[in-house]
Amino acid sequence: MTMLDLTIAEALDALAAKRISAVELTEAHIGAVEALNPRLNAFITTTPDIARDRAKAADAARAAGNAPALAGIPLAIKDLFCTEGVRTTAASKILAPFIPPYESTVTARLKAAGSVMLGKANLDEFAMGSSNITSGFGPVENPWQRADGAKLVPGGSSGGSASAVAARIALGATGTDTGGSIRQPASFCGIAGIKPTYGRCSRFGIVAFASSLDQAGSMARTVEDCAILLGAMSGFDEKDSTSADRPVPDFRAACARGVKGLRIGIPAEYRVDGMAPEIEKLWQSGIDWLKRAGADIIDVSLPHTQYGLPVYYIVAPAEASSNLARYDGVRFGARVDGEDLIDLYERTRAAGFGAEVKRRVMIGTYVLSAGYYDAYYLRAQKVRALILRDFTEAFAKIDALLTPTAPSAAFAIGEKMDDPVTMYLNDVFTVPASLAGVPAMSIPAGQDARGLPLGLQVIGRHFDEETVFAVSSAIERAAGFTALPGLRAGATP
Amino acid sequence: MSYTIGGETGPWELVIGLEVHAQIISKSKLFSGAATEFGAEPNSQVSFIDAGFPGMLPVINRECVAQAVRTGLGLDARINLISRFDRKNYFYADLPQGYQISQYDQPIVGAGTVEIELESGETRSIGITRLHLEQDAGKSMHDQHASKSFVDLNRSGVALMEIVSEPDMRNPEEAGAYLRKLRTILRYLGTCDGNMDEGSMRADVNVSVRKPGEAFRTRCEVKNVNSIRFVMQAVETEARRQIEVWESGGVVEQETRLFDPARGVTRSMRSKEDAHDYRYFPEPDLLPLVLDETWVAALKNDLPELPDAKRARLVRDFGISAYESAIFVMERATADFFETVAKGRDAKLVANWMLGDFFAALNRTGRNIEDSPVSAKNLGALLDLISDATINGKIAKEVFEIMVETGDTPGAIIEARGLRQVTDTGAIDTAIDRVLAANADKVAEYKSGKEKLFGFFVGQVMKAMAGKGNPALVNEALKTKLG
Repeated sequence: MTMLDLTIAEALDALAAKRISAVELTEAHIGAVEALNPRLNAFITTTPDIARDRAKAADAARAAGNAPALAGIPLAIKDLFCTEGVRTTAASKILAPFIPPYESTVTARLKAAGSVMLGKANLDEFAMGSSNITSGFGPVENPWQRADGAKLVPGGSSGGSASAVAARIALGATGTDTGGSIRQPASFCGIAGIKPTYGRCSRFGIVAFASSLDQAGSMARTVEDCAILLGAMSGFDEKDSTSADRPVPDFRAACARGVKGLRIGIPAEYRVDGMAPEIEKLWQSGIDWLKRAGADIIDVSLPHTQYGLPVYYIVAPAEASSNLARYDGVRFGARVDGEDLIDLYERTRAAGFGAEVKRRVMIGTYVLSAGYYDAYYLRAQKVRALILRDFTEAFAKIDALLTPTAPSAAFAIGEKMDDPVTMYLNDVFTVPASLAGVPAMSIPAGQDARGLPLGLQVIGRHFDEETVFAVSSAIERAAGFTALPGLRAGATP
Repeated sequence: MSYTIGGETGPWELVIGLEVHAQIISKSKLFSGAATEFGAEPNSQVSFIDAGFPGMLPVINRECVAQAVRTGLGLDARINLISRFDRKNYFYADLPQGYQISQYDQPIVGAGTVEIELESGETRSIGITRLHLEQDAGKSMHDQHASKSFVDLNRSGVALMEIVSEPDMRNPEEAGAYLRKLRTILRYLGTCDGNMDEGSMRADVNVSVRKPGEAFRTRCEVKNVNSIRFVMQAVETEARRQIEVWESGGVVEQETRLFDPARGVTRSMRSKEDAHDYRYFPEPDLLPLVLDETWVAALKNDLPELPDAKRARLVRDFGISAYESAIFVMERATADFFETVAKGRDAKLVANWMLGDFFAALNRTGRNIEDSPVSAKNLGALLDLISDATINGKIAKEVFEIMVETGDTPGAIIEARGLRQVTDTGAIDTAIDRVLAANADKVAEYKSGKEKLFGFFVGQVMKAMAGKGNPALVNEALKTKLG
C-alpha cells in the first residue's frame, strides 16, 4: 500500500498527523499521472506546476495551524469547470484554445479549501455521451480490464474523472451529471459518485450542457470521501439564480447514521426487460444488505419511469441547442474564417463540434421549432412534471430508493457505437432522478461474471443528501467491495 | 368624420399599433453588473455575461424589475406578480449568447391604458396590451472598415421594456400623440429618458388598412423607426403602399419592412417565409420572477404625480387654461418650473411670460429648461418687480433679454443700468410739457377731435423718458394736460 491507495479521509488524517506532507502526496500523484495518463488519457491538461504550488501552500498552512478542510488533497477537475488561467475545453475542439479569465464557483471553493488540482479531466464533448468516446481529445480508457484484452470505456460523461480516481492517480474528482454523467462512470469504474440535488452546487463557471439538469457532484473511492468533497463544493451562490439558498448539512457525519428504521423503496418499473441476471442479483443483494442493517423494504411504483429517456432526449438537446449557440467563432475559442458571417458560423461549427454534439444540436433545434414545439418540448415538460410527481408521491411513503445504476458493466470501445439510441439506453436508470432534480449516488457493490464492477444507485428526497449518504454507506459496508482495477498506479502491468 | 385615405375604390381606414422599445434607466444591465452609460468607449462596459462566455449565468437586476413595475403602474396596467423569462434564439454577430433573454407568454405587466389628446381637443384612450422585460443586443458597425464589420457590446444586456399597444390608433396624428404621451409618462416616472436620437426609445410600427366597417386586414411591421416625425410619416407611407397593393388587385403579405425617410418609402426587410423561427423556450438559468405584493404597493405609493393628474391640478390650483397646463406638463421640469414661479404670484401672468418670451428665449438659445439661463427664481423676481411697479412691462422685456444673455438677477440689471421706473410726477410733467411744446400742431389736431393721437403722445413721452415712465401715471398726467 502506498500513499496513492489512501482514501481522502485517511490522507487528511495522515496530513494532520504529519506522517506525510502535501508535497509528498502531490508528487506521488504527479508521478502516477505521468506514468498512467499516456495510456488512460484521463486528463486533457495536466497542471503539475499549479499542483506543486498548492501543495506547498497547503503544507505552509498546516504548519501555521490554519489548514483548511481539504488542504493538500490532490484532485482531478472535470474539464467542464472553468479554471482561471488554465485551458478549459469541455473536450471540444471548438474550445481547444480557450483559457478562461475566471474560475467556476465550485472549483473556487475547492481551491479555497486547500485542495490540489492535478489537471483537467477528460469527458465526452460538452458532457454529451455515456462512454467518453465523443471527446475531441481522444477516448478515455477504463482502468478495469476484461480477459479478452479489449479496451473498455470508463462510461461518461465524467469518464476521465472516474478513470483517474479508479486508477489511483487522483484521490477524488469533480464531475457533472446531467442524465447520469457522474453515476454511470462511477459504476463502470468501481468508484462512488454523487449527483446532489439540483441547486446544491453552483453552476456558475461550468460550461453549460442542459441548464435545467446540469449539476456538479463528487467522485471518490468511498462514500465518505464523496461526502467530504461535496461538503466543500456545495452552497448558495448569488451568481447562480438556480442555486439553493439553504444551509449545507454535515454530509460526512451522515455517512455514519445507519439505516435502522429507514424505509427503502424498490421501484417495480426499474426491473426492465432483458436486464442482465447479474445486475438483478446484485440489486437483490442490496435489498438483503439493507434489510439486514435494519431498513424496511417497500415495493413502490414510479409509473412514468419508461418516459424518462424520451423526455430527457428532448429536454436536454433543446437546452443544449441554445446553450451551444455562443460557440460561433466570434469572441473566443476556435474560428474558421468564412466569406461572410453565416459562412464563418457554418465553417467554425462544422469543424469545431463532433458528430454527437451536432446530432443533439439538431435534435434540440428541431424539437423547439415552430410547429413541433408543442408536440415535443412542451409535451416533454409535462411528462417531466409527472416524473417529478412520481418521486414526490413515492417519497411520502419511503425515505430513499434503491436501484441499479446502469443496465450493464463497462463495454469495450467500439461496442454499442453503431446506434446512438443503444448508447442512450445506458442512462435509463439515472435519467429519472436528473429530471426530478433529486439527489442520487452510485456505490460500487459487486462484479459481473467477467470481474467488472457494478454499481447500485440510491436516490433521495430533494436536499436530503444525508439519507443518501447514510444508505450508501450501509451498502458500501455490506458489499465490502475491495476488487482493484488492473491498470492502477503502483500495480505491475 | 374619421380620418381616411381616399383610394380609387373609395376611402380606406388605417389601423395602427406600436411596439416601443424603451431603454430602462439603471446603473447596471438587466442580468449583469456592467455599466450602461451612453457613449462610452466601444466594448468598455462588457462583462463576461454580456459577452456570452462559457459558464456565465444571468442574475436579474432588482432595480430594472422595479423600473418595469413603476412603468406598468404609470400606464395604469395590471402587474403580474409571477412572470417568466424565455430565450429567443437567433444567430447574429452582435448577439453573443445566440439568444436574447426576453419574456414571451408571461410578461411582467399586462393590460393598461394611455390617454392621448389630439389637436382638436378631443381625447382618446389607447390600450396597452403588455409590457415585458428583455435584454438589448450589441451594435454591429459596418461603416468602419472596407471589408470588416465591428461589434460594440456596450449595449449588449442593457435592460429594455417592450411596450406593446393595442391596434387602437387610426391616423398618424394619434400615433404621434401616443408616442409623445408615452415618452412623457416614462420621463415623469424616471424609467426611460425617451431619447430617440441616442436610441433609448425606438418604435416598431404595425400598420394595416381596411374599408370602413371591415375586420382587420393583414398588417406589416415597419421596424426601428427612431423619431416621432418618422413614425407619423412611416404610417402614412406604408398605408398608401398597402392601399395601392389592394387596389391593384394584389394581396398585402405579412412582412417586416424598413422606413427610408430620405426616399419616403418603406422597403421589405424579410418576408414571412424567411422570418426567423425564434424557438422560444423558458430560460432555464432563471427562476420565475415572483414579485412581493407589498413591494409593488410600496413602489406604487412612491410614484410621482403623473402628467394627467398634474395637468388637472395646475388648472384647478392656478386657474390657468387646460391648454396652457397641457403644454407645461409635457415635461416634468417645465411643470416644476411653472409651479415654482407661480407659487404666490399671478399665475396667469406667469403662464403668459413662460409661453411667450421665456420659451422663445429657450428656442433661440437652443437650451432646455434644465439649463435655462433664466432660473425660476430670477423669473419670479422679475415678475415681482413688475407687480410692485419698480419697472414697467416694456422695460421688463428688456431686462429679461439681458437676463437671458448674462444670467444675472433682474435687480442687479435694473440697478446697474438705471432702468428703475420713474414714478416721480414732477419728472413726468416735465417730459409731457416738453413733448406737447414740440408738437403744438398735433396738440391742436387732438383738441379738434383726433383722439387717436393720444397714443402718439404716450409714445413720445415714454421715449423722452427712455421707456422708464410709469405707464399709468403718464396716461393720467397726459389726460389732465390735454384737457
